[in-house]
Amino acid sequence: MTAITDVATRLTERFPQVAARPSLDWPAFNVPVAQLLEVLRSLRDESGFDHLADLTAIDWSAGKSPRFTVVWHLFSTMEHGYVRLAADCADDVNPAMPSATGLWPGANWHERETYDMFGIKFTGHPDLRRILMWDGYPYFPLRKEFPLAGRETALPDLAVAEETGAAVKPAPYMGGPFVSVPGGTMEAAEPRAEDQSWTERREKPDED
Amino acid sequence: MVSPNTEVAYDSKIEGDVIVSRLDAVINWIRTNSMWPMPMGLACCAIELMAVAAARFDIARFGAEVMRFSPRQADCMIVAGTVTYKMAPQVRRLYDQMPAPKWVIAMGACASTGGMYRSYAVLQGVDRILPVDVYVSGCPPRPEALLDALILLQAKVRREPAARRLFTA
Repeated sequence: MTAITDVATRLTERFPQVAARPSLDWPAFNVPVAQLLEVLRSLRDESGFDHLADLTAIDWSAGKSPRFTVVWHLFSTMEHGYVRLAADCADDVNPAMPSATGLWPGANWHERETYDMFGIKFTGHPDLRRILMWDGYPYFPLRKEFPLAGRETALPDLAVAEETGAAVKPAPYMGGPFVSVPGGTMEAAEPRAEDQSWTERREKPDED
Repeated sequence: MVSPNTEVAYDSKIEGDVIVSRLDAVINWIRTNSMWPMPMGLACCAIELMAVAAARFDIARFGAEVMRFSPRQADCMIVAGTVTYKMAPQVRRLYDQMPAPKWVIAMGACASTGGMYRSYAVLQGVDRILPVDVYVSGCPPRPEALLDALILLQAKVRREPAARRLFTA
């Protein structure tokens, strides 16, 4: 068993290309994609980080390069400490990353969620489908250019869509996001949109 | 002034075994007092829905205690919670499987309007896919509010021309 404080020295000795990453709490490292699975395996088998606590991604917004960074949080159940790894996706348009499902079966759903929200393909994943949104949803909602209100598209079930005439529509913001003005009565402090001059039925006038 | 007439009610000595009434009244009386809900529990409102069915609030007082988890045995769908776009077709299909006559209560802010979820993932009110009879405000509503909704729905059902539909449908 090795102490968590040693992980930085041991990791950089073994993998010279792994660089420390600024972090306020636990040790964090930038890892080249080519060495990623090796580093993960080394941390799991040799340093006792036996639990994949989280796997997510960052979108640095369109136009930035590298645009997508995948982040792994590993936890040591014996020493109760975390280590954080980050790797940049080489391709900004069709991002891809090796899958960690061979090391932790639990990575399966994490990677499906990351694929669902950011569109990052995990190569080697046994069943890379959407997990939160439905199959066939055309967007990746956590990408920076995607509006919180959503974009118009069809309902997942076409028969129901035809019967009801309903569709996936952008949520009415009505001048939102909804903000709460502190102070005053409870009624005045109720969260509300700053601009309530337009509604879903009476559309927002053009700004030009 | 209240009339002391005590012979308004049915009196078997006078009327024998015959009751004369309107068919509408009889059908609606039957429907209102044994409305079997289909609990469409989708979020935290479902917890309040459970409280409504439990001993303290006791929806059985209003004849709606028989929660049916099969839509084929239910009269009134209580949509309790956030309806996501992914779930919306299933909600509609369950509604389609309920035998007529059927009613819908949209319980809470999310089911009524999408509530605080102004987002790409949430249907902005279940009335986009279902004909809602009663909306209940609250996030989540108190159990009393749902009981009030049930009483409102019963009042609505009492006014329905049930017999006419019986012969035309």
